[in-house]
Amino acid sequence: MHEEKNEKTFLGFWIYLMTDLLMFAGLFAAFIVLRNNTFGGVGGSQIFNMPFVLVETLFLLTSSFTCGVALLLAHEKKLKGVIAMLCTTFLLGAGFLGMELYEFSHLFSEGHTYQKSAFLSSYFALVGTHGLHITAGLLWMLILIIFILKKGLTQGGIRKITLMSLFWHFLDIVWIFIFTIVYLMGVAL
Amino acid sequence: MWNLLFGKLTWNSLPHVWYTIGGTLTLMLMGAVAAAVLTYTKRWKWLWNEWLTSTDPKRIGIMYIIVALLMLFRGALDAIMIWMQQALSVGSSTGYLSADHFQQIFTAHGDIMVFFATMGLLVGLMNLVVPLQIGARDLAFPFLNTLGFWLYVAGAILINMFFVFGGDFAATGWLAQAPLSELQFSPGVGVDYWIWSLQVSGLGSLLAGLNFLVTILKMRAPGMTLMRMPLFVWTTLCSSILVVTVFPILAITIAMLTLDRYLGMHFFTTTNGGNPMMYINLIWMWGHPEVYILVLPSFGIFSEVVSTFSHKKLAGYTSQVLAAIFVTILSLMVWLHHFFTMGAGADVNAIFGISTMIIAIPTGVQIFNWLSTMYRGRIVLSSSLYWFLGFVATFTFGGIAGVLLASPTADYQLHNSLFLVAHFHTMIVGGALFGLFAGITYWFPKFMGFKLNEKLGKTAFWFWLTGFFLAFIPLYILGYMGATRRLDHYTNPAWQPLFIISVLGFMVILAGVTTQILQIIISIKNRKQNMDLSGDPWDARNLEWATSSPPPFYNYAVIPEVHGRDAFWEMKKEMKENPQPANVEYKDFELPKNTPFGIYLAGFALLFGFAMVWHMFLIAGIGFVGMMVCLIIRAFDEETEYILTAQEIAKLEQERKDHIYA
Repeated sequence: MHEEKNEKTFLGFWIYLMTDLLMFAGLFAAFIVLRNNTFGGVGGSQIFNMPFVLVETLFLLTSSFTCGVALLLAHEKKLKGVIAMLCTTFLLGAGFLGMELYEFSHLFSEGHTYQKSAFLSSYFALVGTHGLHITAGLLWMLILIIFILKKGLTQGGIRKITLMSLFWHFLDIVWIFIFTIVYLMGVAL
Repeated sequence: MWNLLFGKLTWNSLPHVWYTIGGTLTLMLMGAVAAAVLTYTKRWKWLWNEWLTSTDPKRIGIMYIIVALLMLFRGALDAIMIWMQQALSVGSSTGYLSADHFQQIFTAHGDIMVFFATMGLLVGLMNLVVPLQIGARDLAFPFLNTLGFWLYVAGAILINMFFVFGGDFAATGWLAQAPLSELQFSPGVGVDYWIWSLQVSGLGSLLAGLNFLVTILKMRAPGMTLMRMPLFVWTTLCSSILVVTVFPILAITIAMLTLDRYLGMHFFTTTNGGNPMMYINLIWMWGHPEVYILVLPSFGIFSEVVSTFSHKKLAGYTSQVLAAIFVTILSLMVWLHHFFTMGAGADVNAIFGISTMIIAIPTGVQIFNWLSTMYRGRIVLSSSLYWFLGFVATFTFGGIAGVLLASPTADYQLHNSLFLVAHFHTMIVGGALFGLFAGITYWFPKFMGFKLNEKLGKTAFWFWLTGFFLAFIPLYILGYMGATRRLDHYTNPAWQPLFIISVLGFMVILAGVTTQILQIIISIKNRKQNMDLSGDPWDARNLEWATSSPPPFYNYAVIPEVHGRDAFWEMKKEMKENPQPANVEYKDFELPKNTPFGIYLAGFALLFGFAMVWHMFLIAGIGFVGMMVCLIIRAFDEETEYILTAQEIAKLEQERKDHIYA
């Protein structure tokens, strides 16, 4: 019964992830169309601080790794390890989010707000939507940790960890594309 | 403080013109009557427990259809107002509507008919029929199903809310194309009502699409391979794939427009580097496949109806399936034909023109398959089949007009004209809606236990068909004469007679609608004569007829095994050869519990949407937090199902048999 249910849930969740990916595709398309529409203001190469973004990226990639370890440990029913790994993932993710918020506030303080040009609008919307997803993921992780502490590693608990980690890896992949298309290509082109 | 709590809402925004006051009073009266009836018959608890919180797809399907019919009525009211204005407003006369009010009406008409009437009827029928046809007891995600339904209702309420809470509706056309829908040109709350209504109901559609996709892929009865599925299931599958592919694009496009309007961003504005053409591209990437989302399931319904009433298996099953898949894929590659005049260049226009024309091929294949199914069949001319025959006429007619429009050179002349309006109404009314009528007539006895009155059904059909041609042929001609769509006034008196004929056509359609309402009333009154408890009133072929009418809440006590296409037909043949039924052995199975969280969550979504329209950010925050809390509480509930034991099933089955043979 549980396996049948898992199969349905996982397929459904994968489809949800694909719909979310399509939403990002819309934002990417908008960004690519609008990236040169700076309206006389700044472009990507003037405002992106690449070493900073690289560190941010490493935070997220590492958190993806620890999230994977958490799932492996969950299948081995090692409760403490799972909690420890989830907490590490949470902290790394929070670090990523903090850096992103710092970047945004820095840009705002320099006067590069999203009202200035179509380029900045699409930049803030794309990166910001990813950031909102990260926030949702962090919230989910917190709730998951509480759930596991309360109910232990039940079938349902392991299913929830699997779904959460799928979501987290998905955000990682989207970030790789943001790093490439927004930042690397923004500086290079 | 006022700003934080009430945002832009002031006393002045409350209703103060005749149509909003009238709308408010009508809605309040309807609510009061419903409440009085419920209190008088002591049905509140019953309504809540048996219907509103239900996770049974049959119940949800019926609720979808009821809401959709109400919205169909609302959309028809808009249609008659548009038609009357156009018949009257010529030369020195300006008709009875102001230009602004007229624009709001045609926007509302389009949105309500597409998002709430047709989509609602479709998802309703899918809910009713798909689980039965694939031999399942439920959908894959019962909670998402009730949530999707209630989000759809919340969207429907939001789109009608300006009646009660004032403001106006978008005066932008049904897709709110930028830059007209930007703050600069539409400063009122009308576009915001549009945004949040579509965002909320669009999420509901997305959930429904996802649910049906997983249900069809994962929950088919043993033996039902993909190539044994009934055509309605196939087209629902195709339609669901389209929903999950394009509704995210709609969501993000509307979200970008929202960012423009609420945060001063510049995606589609005319200043600071915004690109309005991008909006038109993105919205049609959703908009064109949406047409096929509406019409594909109707193709499926016709496949069922034609083979049942010809008493023959569907001719060219494989080609029929391939045609549906082909249409699904092609529909994603033609969006640009909605704006050839944007000037993307001859090459781009040619590619999209050709890909559009190619769609006529798989569609033609399907029509020929249906006709060859009827050829040499034992045809019973029931009213469902009448709708099919009417559909062949209208759809071929509209399809040919569509191929003509697909040619960019012709399109430059016909773009945005009444010719286009006539074309897509022929497709949606003559294609999707006729299919839905056929489907409702066909499956009505399955869920109600008695047939609809056939004679009145056929009368209604003749009213509809003649009324339809009378109403829309003049629009084709007017389009050629140069009449553009969305005209609240014109100066050429030569057009007026055609507009008047068009209104007369609509009156004939109204006679058809009245006949349909009468048909339902009379059928309920005479239900004893049309009673059918056997579960198979049409001598039909697919699995949904293998259970009683109406089916028990668990659909099948024992999941049937499928040995070929037309599963029930095979079963009936086997029964004849070997009438001794094997001893059935019941097993325990799980069913989803009812849950009120769908309705709570959608309630908060409604609050959130409404507060956002009026910039009441504090209340919007409450709505958002409410949604999150509901989700979390629901996530912690691990006991969402209950077990129906073998003894209980045996008892229920015995009671059911006693009732049927009584």
